[in-house]
Amino acid sequence: MAVSSPNLKVRAEVPAGASVAEAPELITIERLSLWYGTAPALRDISFGIRERLVTAFIGPSGCGKSTLLRCLNRMNDLIDGVRLTGQVRIAGQDIYAPAVDVIELRRRVGMVFQRSNPFPKSIYDNIAYALRLQGIRRKAELDEIVEKSLRAAALWDEVKDRLHASALGLSGGQQQRLCIARAIAVQPDILLMDEPASALDPIATARIEDLILDLKRDFTIVIVTHNMQQAARISDYTAFFYLGELIEYDTTTRIFTNPARKQTEDYVTGRFG
Amino acid sequence: MNRPPQPIARGPFGVGRFEPVSFFCTGLTGAATFLILALLAVILGNLFWHGGAGFSPRFIFGSAERDMFDPARAGVGPMVFGTAARVILMTLFVLPVGVATAIYLTEYARSGAPFTRVIRSAVNNLAGVPSIVFGLFGLGFFISAVGGSLDGLLSPDNPKPVWGKPALIWASLTLAVMTLPVVIVATEESLRAIPPGLREASLALGATKLQTILRVVLPQALPGILTGGILAVSRAAGEVAPILFTGAAYYMASLPRALTDQFMDLAYHVFVLSTQAPDIEKSRPILYGTVVVLLLLTFALNVVAILIRTRVRRRLRQLG
Repeated sequence: MAVSSPNLKVRAEVPAGASVAEAPELITIERLSLWYGTAPALRDISFGIRERLVTAFIGPSGCGKSTLLRCLNRMNDLIDGVRLTGQVRIAGQDIYAPAVDVIELRRRVGMVFQRSNPFPKSIYDNIAYALRLQGIRRKAELDEIVEKSLRAAALWDEVKDRLHASALGLSGGQQQRLCIARAIAVQPDILLMDEPASALDPIATARIEDLILDLKRDFTIVIVTHNMQQAARISDYTAFFYLGELIEYDTTTRIFTNPARKQTEDYVTGRFG
Repeated sequence: MNRPPQPIARGPFGVGRFEPVSFFCTGLTGAATFLILALLAVILGNLFWHGGAGFSPRFIFGSAERDMFDPARAGVGPMVFGTAARVILMTLFVLPVGVATAIYLTEYARSGAPFTRVIRSAVNNLAGVPSIVFGLFGLGFFISAVGGSLDGLLSPDNPKPVWGKPALIWASLTLAVMTLPVVIVATEESLRAIPPGLREASLALGATKLQTILRVVLPQALPGILTGGILAVSRAAGEVAPILFTGAAYYMASLPRALTDQFMDLAYHVFVLSTQAPDIEKSRPILYGTVVVLLLLTFALNVVAILIRTRVRRRLRQLG
C-alpha cells in the first residue's frame, strides 16, 4: 500500500477468525424480496450482518447489491414503484414497520455514495448541516463535532486552515472523506457505503480503505464494492450476489480461499463477472 | 488476413478545397444574424434620434400636466412610477406562486402521472394565450368576481366600489398570471439541473423532504429562479393589453396612494399619445421620448435583477 498507515496497529488488534464469528448480529435480513415495478431485483434474501465489522457486498453489475444496501436505510422509498416483502430488522426492530420514523432511521444508518456529493457549501457547513437540522445551534458544540468528525475521517490536518472555504475546492478523495465525516457527524450506528472509492485514484482509495478499517471500531460498516481486492483487504464478512439472489455469505477469508459454491469461486477468481 | 503492415502515408496534407454549399450556408446564417442586429439598430437609432431631443430630467421625472400633449409642459414621472410599481408588485406575486408550482411539479408530483401531465400542458397553454385575453380575464375575474365580492363583504352599504374597480393590485395580479409560465418553466429547469445526489445526501443524513428543498435545493436553484424573474419583468413591462381594463388610467392628478388606486403607465401612455393626441405632429416628440423612457426603465429593472443574480451566483461559487 502506497500510503503509510498508523492504522495498521489497530488492524493487528482485531484477531481474525474466532472473534469475528462472535460479534453479535445487528442487522437481520429475512426473506427480503424487492421489485422495481414488475421486475424483480432481490429474491428471497436472508442473512445477518454483525456488529462493528465490515461486511462487503460483491457481485456483477445489476446483481442487486446496491439495491439491498439502499433497503437498509430505506433510500429505496424515494423511487416510484418499488415493492418489497420480507423484513429488515436493525437491533431487533423491523425498519419497514408502519410506526418507524424514517428520518430517525436514516440518522442511525448513515450513507456514503459512489460519487462524492458534498453540498456546495463550506467544509464546515457540510458537516454542520445535519447537526443544525437536529437543532444544535451552539457554536462551541458545532465546532467540537466538526473537528471530531473531520479527525475521524482523517481530513482535519488537510482542511483545518480552510474550514470556511467551499467543499467543492477539495480533491475527489478529500470530498469523499468529507462525505464520510458528514455521515459520522450525526453518530450513526451503521455506515452504508456504496462503492465509496470507485471514482478515486489508487492513493485516495488506499486512504479510504485505511479509514474504513479505522472506523470499524465505532461503526458497523456495510460496503458495496466492485473491487475484489478491496473486499478481501477490508471486510470481515462477504456476501456474494448474483441476479438478485444471495449466492454465498461467509467470512471473507472463507469466500476468497475456500468458497462453498462454484459460482462464488468463479467470480472471486475472475472467471466471470 | 496476414497482410504486411501498410506504410503510413506521409507528406503534405494538401490544400483545403473550396466547398460552395458550406460557404453558402455560413453566409446565410451570418446574414440572418446581421439582419437581427440591423433591425435592432434601426429601431433603437430611430427612437433615440427622435426621442433624444427634448429629453430632460424634467421630462422623465416631471409631473404630468393636464395638457399632456404639449411638449413644452409634458412630464412622464407618474407613468414611470406606475409602470415600476406594477412590475415590482407583479414580481412579488408571480415569483412565490411560480416557484411553488415548479417545486411541486419537479420535487413532489410523479413525473409520469396523468395529473402532472395535465398541469404541465395547462402551463404551456397559459403561455400561448394572447395578452388581451388576460386583460379581459383580469376584468372579469379579479375586478368583478374577486373585487366585487370583497366590496360586498367589507362594505355592503357603500355604493361606491373600493375593490371592484380597476386598480394597481388587479393590474399587477393580471400580469402575474400572464407571466406565470415563464417563471414556472425557468424554475423547473433550474431545479432539474441540480444533481439528484445532493438531494440523496441530504435525505440520507436524516433531513426531511421539506428541509432538503429549503436548505439544499432552493439555494442552488436561486440563479435560475431569478432568470425566470428577469424574463417575466421584460415581458410584463411593455405590455398594455393586460392593464388596459384592469388598472391603467388615462390621466390622474396625483400618484396612486393605495393598491386600490389606478395608475398612469408608460406603455399605456404610448398608446394614448399615438391615438388620442389632438395634434399628432406636435406631440410626436413626447411619444418618442416616452418610448425611450419605457425602454430605459425595462433595461434598468433588468439590470437590477441581473446584478442580484450575479451576486447570488458568486456567493454560491465561493461559499454556499
